[in-house]
Amino acid sequence: MAVRASFEKNNEIGCFAKLTNTYCLVAIGGSENFYSPRLHIMGRMVKRNRHGLLVPNNTTDQELQHIRNCLPDAVRIQRVEERLSALGNVIACNDYVALVHPDLDRETEEILADNLKVEVFRQTIAEQVLVGSYCTFSNQGGLVHPKTSIEDQDELSSLLQVPLVAGTVNRGSEVIAAGMVVNDWCAFCGLDTTSTELSVIESVFRLSETQPSAIATTMRDSLIDSRLAHH
Amino acid sequence: MEYMQNPATSTHGNILCCTCGVPVQPNPANMCVSCLRSQVDISEGIPKQVSVHFCKQCERYLQPPATWVQCALESRELLALCLKKLKGSMSKVRLIDAGFLWTEPHSKRIKMKLTVQKEVMNGAILQQVFVVEFVIQSQMCNDCHRVEAKDYWKAVIQVRQKTVHKKTFYYLEQLILKHKLHQNTLRIKEIHEGIDFYYGTKQHAQKMVDFLQCTVPCRSKASQRLISHDVHSNSYNYKSTFSVEIVPVCKDNVVCLSPRLAQSLGNMGQVCVCIRVTSTIHLIDPNTLQIAEVDGNTFWRNPFSSLCSPRQLEEFIVMDIDIIRDQKLGAGAGFRSNKHTLAEVWVQKTSEMNTGQQYHCRTFLGHLLNIGDLVFGFDFANANINDEFLNKMNPHHVPDVVLIKKSYNRTKRVKRRNWKLQEMDRDREGMDSTDERQYQDFLEDLEEDEALRKNVNIFRDASKIAVESDTDDEGAPRISLMEMLEDLSLNDATGGSGADMMTD
Repeated sequence: MAVRASFEKNNEIGCFAKLTNTYCLVAIGGSENFYSPRLHIMGRMVKRNRHGLLVPNNTTDQELQHIRNCLPDAVRIQRVEERLSALGNVIACNDYVALVHPDLDRETEEILADNLKVEVFRQTIAEQVLVGSYCTFSNQGGLVHPKTSIEDQDELSSLLQVPLVAGTVNRGSEVIAAGMVVNDWCAFCGLDTTSTELSVIESVFRLSETQPSAIATTMRDSLIDSRLAHH
Repeated sequence: MEYMQNPATSTHGNILCCTCGVPVQPNPANMCVSCLRSQVDISEGIPKQVSVHFCKQCERYLQPPATWVQCALESRELLALCLKKLKGSMSKVRLIDAGFLWTEPHSKRIKMKLTVQKEVMNGAILQQVFVVEFVIQSQMCNDCHRVEAKDYWKAVIQVRQKTVHKKTFYYLEQLILKHKLHQNTLRIKEIHEGIDFYYGTKQHAQKMVDFLQCTVPCRSKASQRLISHDVHSNSYNYKSTFSVEIVPVCKDNVVCLSPRLAQSLGNMGQVCVCIRVTSTIHLIDPNTLQIAEVDGNTFWRNPFSSLCSPRQLEEFIVMDIDIIRDQKLGAGAGFRSNKHTLAEVWVQKTSEMNTGQQYHCRTFLGHLLNIGDLVFGFDFANANINDEFLNKMNPHHVPDVVLIKKSYNRTKRVKRRNWKLQEMDRDREGMDSTDERQYQDFLEDLEEDEALRKNVNIFRDASKIAVESDTDDEGAPRISLMEMLEDLSLNDATGGSGADMMTD
């Protein structure tokens, strides 16, 4: 199911939150920003999947420790020394595949492959290098920049092994990853997102198929995984 | 590092319009056109009904702040004027096209169809066509208002000359036309013994008065009448009147100078002929050929008057002529004219041909006269003159006859005249048409006097065919083609004569 949400009246919730099948990171609110101001636009800065989390090298030790404390132990947290430090903008991934900015460091690419256990492809989306901003995909499906040509969509789809569709969020915004966060059974979109957009999102991410019974079947692995991780 | 090049022909898939779900090509707003239209109105802020002020009297439109322009319906000028009305509100959009929709001319409505473009919502450019209605409201313009209030002039110049002949005025008219000084006048009114010039501002009138003082010998007097005054702002509203009096002496007048003036001008004879009036009065003594110039100031200090009007001149026939070669002048004498020749002549009146009564006189026309020629002159012997100075003169010094100008066949001259002068637009209230003769006199003067002609624009008269009749050896002076200007009469309404000029 897809839900509309906003972060401190801001529709770009993708900038402030990260969602995976096992955990969710949310930036701290303005009232608490003394605590760790760097993390405020955390969503843009970190990259994650079920297996791990990458943070840029300007993350302080304190922040890193805090994140470590919060997350399940199974999640590996790695600091990378990357010139393109807005990792969220240059990397897009699900649990198996990652698309990265063509200019990303070779080293970062290796860390990515090791830690997140993904295959890495250097790609552009609709001739935009910020692949992390202009597409979002889960293990079920993906949404890409509206100007992505059909040929590109086919190519990406065969790389990612998930169905893709061109679309928008937040009433026509093409910065898709900023406007929404998604995991395998739930999506959160900015408050401006129209019902048409929601229905596109629900269908391509197969959110509508998620019945209560799915908890026992498809969701089971992830859920148990996370329970185990906690204990 | 090289990027993978996209295939040249990349096809964009459709996306769903984010509001209505219709499949559309991706665009910057990612919405279908109708949804975009419904959300943003780019003509917002542009008034759909605007008023335009129009003066019914002079049929002009107000162009703010204070100009009134004449423009036809559906004309380019009107379009510009209307668009200027919208200019302030159009700053945020780009104007693509504007045109009029037809409206009934009496409906007091002008409809204008505008096409504008504007960038909306992250770079989508929206184009919209809409109609603005202009309501014509009548408002009397300032000029008409003043005319209606009979308050349209602020200054008047009354130019007067107390003579019977208007030669000086004709000359003045040509000077004014040449220097384009009539352009600021509101009205030019010709009245008995003079002309009135009406002006909207005192400055224009003052300029005209200065011009008159430079060009003709005259004296002027300014006065003003208080129309209204505001105690709070200490401002006064006056109507000014300038009275300009031109010296009452014309070309070809015989004058009698005061003894003092004659002496100061180099011991001239008291009886002189005025040969020309420009900025000064040019006098010549027919007995000695001595010349003198009298300017306005000198004249008003020692005024003299004309002894005869042109109508009193009589026609004489030259019976005998004897050129005087070397004439000795007395000590302290002024300049002598080298354009004239002194001669002694015997003349007889054409009206007295049967009597054999001959008159003897000296004349400055020796270079023109031959035996048998007709000449105009003034007969002192038989005239009854009442002049202050002439009466006091020694009767022996008063000549019998003063010859003034040679007479030519007038009709022949008119026929041969292949030039014309411009005329000033003026009201001729109650003026009779006897001016025609005087006007012809003036034209003849121009032909005879090169110095006078210098200050006048002479135009070639294309309607007259140049009759080359060199066989006619009467020798009446003519104006050479070199001195004439092409008549430039641009007729804009039809473009007819203007176009002809261009193809020449």
